[in-house]
Amino acid sequence: MVKLRIKDVEFSYGSNPVLEGVSFDVNDGEILGIIGPNGAGKSTLLRCMNRILKVRKGVIMIDGRNISDFNRIELARIMGYVPQSTHQIFPNTVFDTILMGRRPHLGWKCGEIDIKKVLETIEMLNIVDLAMRDITELSGGQQQKVFIARALAQEPEVLILDEPTSNLDIKHQLEVMNIISKIVKERGITAVMAVHDLNLASRYVDRIIMMHAGKIFAVGNPSDVLTEENIRKVYGVEAIVGEHDGRPFILPIRPADTGTHDS
Amino acid sequence: MGNETASIRKEMERLSDEYKRFVGRKISFIVTSVLLIFITAGVSVTLGPYDISFIDAYSIIFQGMHDIIFRFHNIYAFIQFLDENYMVKEWVIWQQRLPPIVMGVIAGISLGIAGAEMQGILRNPLASPYTLGISSAAVFGAALAIIINLSIVRAADERFLIVVNAFFFAILSSSLIYGISKMKNATPETMILAGIAITYLFMALTQLLKYFAPAEEVKETVVWSFGALSANWSEILISFVIVLPCVPVLMLKVWDLNVMSAGDEVAKSLGVDVERTRQLCFFLSSFLTAGTVCFTGPISFIGLVSPHICRMVIGADNRFLVPASGLFGAALLIAADTVAKIVISPVIIPVGIITAFMGVPLFLYLILRRSREYW
Repeated sequence: MVKLRIKDVEFSYGSNPVLEGVSFDVNDGEILGIIGPNGAGKSTLLRCMNRILKVRKGVIMIDGRNISDFNRIELARIMGYVPQSTHQIFPNTVFDTILMGRRPHLGWKCGEIDIKKVLETIEMLNIVDLAMRDITELSGGQQQKVFIARALAQEPEVLILDEPTSNLDIKHQLEVMNIISKIVKERGITAVMAVHDLNLASRYVDRIIMMHAGKIFAVGNPSDVLTEENIRKVYGVEAIVGEHDGRPFILPIRPADTGTHDS
Repeated sequence: MGNETASIRKEMERLSDEYKRFVGRKISFIVTSVLLIFITAGVSVTLGPYDISFIDAYSIIFQGMHDIIFRFHNIYAFIQFLDENYMVKEWVIWQQRLPPIVMGVIAGISLGIAGAEMQGILRNPLASPYTLGISSAAVFGAALAIIINLSIVRAADERFLIVVNAFFFAILSSSLIYGISKMKNATPETMILAGIAITYLFMALTQLLKYFAPAEEVKETVVWSFGALSANWSEILISFVIVLPCVPVLMLKVWDLNVMSAGDEVAKSLGVDVERTRQLCFFLSSFLTAGTVCFTGPISFIGLVSPHICRMVIGADNRFLVPASGLFGAALLIAADTVAKIVISPVIIPVGIITAFMGVPLFLYLILRRSREYW
């Protein structure tokens, strides 16, 4: 069942085209990974999907309905967004940060049910001991968990994550990825995730979209997309692709001599 | 397994209680601020060159309130009655001491709330109600009235011209910012840049006027720009009417303000119309500020200091920060005014000079003591 349909989407910053003719579907309950080199348009695509950016051409539909037909609050009840970890963070308790995720559901006042939902999310992500601490004092991995919790508090049907693990050490990378998998299964959420690390993508997503210079280069399951040839063409890197546990793993060897990777 | 879930339940309950206490502390601070207002006002009303004892002062206030409500039904008749009957003590309290105090409460609340709002919408802890140019525009309006007697209305009373001009130009400068933000975009960067331009525009115009003006009028303009709590009951009433509708609307928007602190993108993803909210809160804060500045002149630092101190004590949750900042600002302003009255009594120093001094220890404290980015 198709949850999200992206058709012929185009977007530019000023006169710089960033996305061209992007079309794909996202199935209900799957984790879709979006990979590609820096500047390929992954972040931009994600932000078009939840209308942080407005597409110039093309249409994005959720459950058959055009997202531009929703008003902001309606959309916020359906789509949760976890930004890249490099964005600025201001002092606030973890609890209050997660409480912000309830904003699409609040009347003009925050009620018992909102507090309850925040507590549920804290419990699910196992961050009780962090709850009353200030978010600026936490490590990167802990902060990412809080941002995921905030998006979860929205009770979304779709979760959009922009490189949720790019600034984390390997242990936190695994933890965060495990949490995302768990959430998706337990709550039946659909996740669209831009992933920096090819091996993490390979292991944790159901399908991959490989982007290159604003266009879709390849779509499919990890074994089909993560091939040595694709990696050479898109990333400009000679790599060895092996297999572990039914999924490919990638070992980069050296930059390719020829190759048309954009920078 | 059963034990594990039981202990998780317990932890969650403990957390829930802790959060309730956390919120409770903030509410206590707000209540304390209200008490502080009464205390500082209470002290201030007993101070002045004419000697009135504590007990007398309070009984006069209560008696007066009773008389106004039940006997005279309006305050002017009451004061005239005092005047005609040579009731000196009562007259001193009601005509001389109470008006600046009441004006101080209104101005303090306005500046405190406007300051918290500006810091929230611009995501900048150094923002104040004047960051986007209101004070320099108001001063220009006053200068226009004082120096060349020019105004959008015709009147004999110079004070009236000053008030109307200051309000007019304050709102004009805000409308210019609003217009620029509609044309270009309403990001903090755009608004701050526009605010700087507006500030310099009106500063330059004022300097031009001062350059060609006689010394007396220059001095009058300069003194007006210090900020003082002189006001009469009519002005207090007008100020109250301007300020009153702004506050509830701003309070309705505090959640959006909270969410905006996480960044424009995250705020949009949470359903906030970031640009509209920024423009609306800015406009309402401008009304708050203009509605008091036109009577008092630009009183410095309350709009900057009050939100800062409140944030240090109760954190950045705007549901509590905005009202706390207003109430604490009122207490702060009245305290400053008390100092202004007595430090070289019987001469009264403009309260804006005292508040300007208040900024010094605060910023020294911030420089020396802050271990992290506060705000």
